[in-house]
Amino acid sequence: MSPKGVPEAVIAAVSSEEHPIAPFLRMDRMPHIWCSTCGIGTAVKALVAAFEKLETDLDKVSIVSGIGCTGRVAGYVRLDSFHTTHGRPIPFATGLKLANSELTVIVFSGDGDLSAIGGNHFIHAARRNMDLKVICVNNFIYGMTGGQAAPTTPLTAVTSTTPYGNAEPPFNLCHLAAACGANYVARWTALHVRRLTKAFAEILVKPGFCFVEVITPCSTLYARKNRLGTGLDIMKYYHDNTVIEHGAEPADTDIVFGGPIICGKFVDRDRPTWLEYQDQHLGEVLGDKYYRGKVLQGAGER
Amino acid sequence: MRFWRTPLDADKMKIPRGELHIIVERCKGCEFCVEYCPRDVLEMSDEFNSKGYHPPKAVRPENCVNCDLCEMICPEFAIYCLTVEEEPVPVEGGKTS
Ligand SMILES: Cc1ncc(C[n+]2csc(CCOP(=O)(O)OP(=O)(O)O)c2C)c(N)n1
Ligand code: SF4
Ligand code: SF4
Ligand code: SF4
Repeated sequence: MSPKGVPEAVIAAVSSEEHPIAPFLRMDRMPHIWCSTCGIGTAVKALVAAFEKLETDLDKVSIVSGIGCTGRVAGYVRLDSFHTTHGRPIPFATGLKLANSELTVIVFSGDGDLSAIGGNHFIHAARRNMDLKVICVNNFIYGMTGGQAAPTTPLTAVTSTTPYGNAEPPFNLCHLAAACGANYVARWTALHVRRLTKAFAEILVKPGFCFVEVITPCSTLYARKNRLGTGLDIMKYYHDNTVIEHGAEPADTDIVFGGPIICGKFVDRDRPTWLEYQDQHLGEVLGDKYYRGKVLQGAGER
Repeated sequence: MRFWRTPLDADKMKIPRGELHIIVERCKGCEFCVEYCPRDVLEMSDEFNSKGYHPPKAVRPENCVNCDLCEMICPEFAIYCLTVEEEPVPVEGGKTS
């Protein structure tokens, strides 16, 4: 079975000895830049597995990333993708979604990108319940630029900018997304490949602002500075210290250095999306004068 | 295992079998596949690839049950498993015809 939206020529060009992920990625760019044991690749694999599971039409999917190690994802997928400026994948994705509301728009970016420089966009997109699928790879650090503290760095964790340990309380991104109004909020680690795939499959078909936080090892910087061992040691840590609690109150899921990691699907609700609000309100007030008025009445193109 | 298919003999319990492929040159030696394979199919090899990493090697390939975990967890897209279409091995002690 070949993935929908992948040209036959591409499938033919991918040799039978190649990995089954090949039709979904730009294999000429492999090996990717990510360090050994970095969890970003595993998160990408889980997303592709979700596409396969749903038999998603890849012509109707677009991926937008910001800048950072995770930001590279946009360049590796064989999809319509945008590698935008630092912190701005959500505004780009919003424009894309509103210009072509049939698209499933995925934002795939790092914790620094989405919650530091891009934090303002993040909270407002969640508040508006903009129809975006936001996947945040959280390695607790700015990976690409050398391991500086991020808004997600747990208290006391060592980074290049906090050599004596971080003294700033971090964001709990799941709590933030939930408090702002996201329709779907979940957290998994790079070890939970099956549940992560399931979560991705759920958000791909769920309307509104959906947020999945993927906790991943950054062995090169975060683990090294905090003497946490290899990436495999971190995966074992996830194995031993993850507590799965579906429906947990997001405020109670803070991540503490050396503490348990609460994972699960925390929020799954059906607030109207931004476009639904607009359509309902402006459709009523403006009728035909509303730019989507005709679309809403099924009268064809606007 | 890429896609599920309806078993031809649904009344007989069978152990699925997989055919393992390792793209040695793309591996970065993280050991995730070795650690998490539920059937201990893999071990780290003493050999190096051209980047200087130790790739895994299949030491018990006949044990592979095509569960795909190695393929899912590999951050490098360097290992995968294909469904063996031949008659799968009957479950030990199971009914055989
Ligand atoms: C406007 C701007 N400011 C700063 C940078 C430098 N910069 C590049 S990536 C990055 C942080 C990336 O961290 P994160 O989003 O957590 O991604 P990771 O690399 O950890 O995956 C920063 C600060 C930039 N590229 N552009
Ligand atoms: S620096 Fe960290 S986040 Fe970046 S590729 Fe390496 S392990 Fe991954
Ligand atoms: S498919 Fe499953 S059983 Fe086979 S090698 Fe991979 S992890 Fe092990
Ligand atoms: S999981 Fe992939 S990169 Fe890691 S050792 Fe196995 S084949 Fe190599």
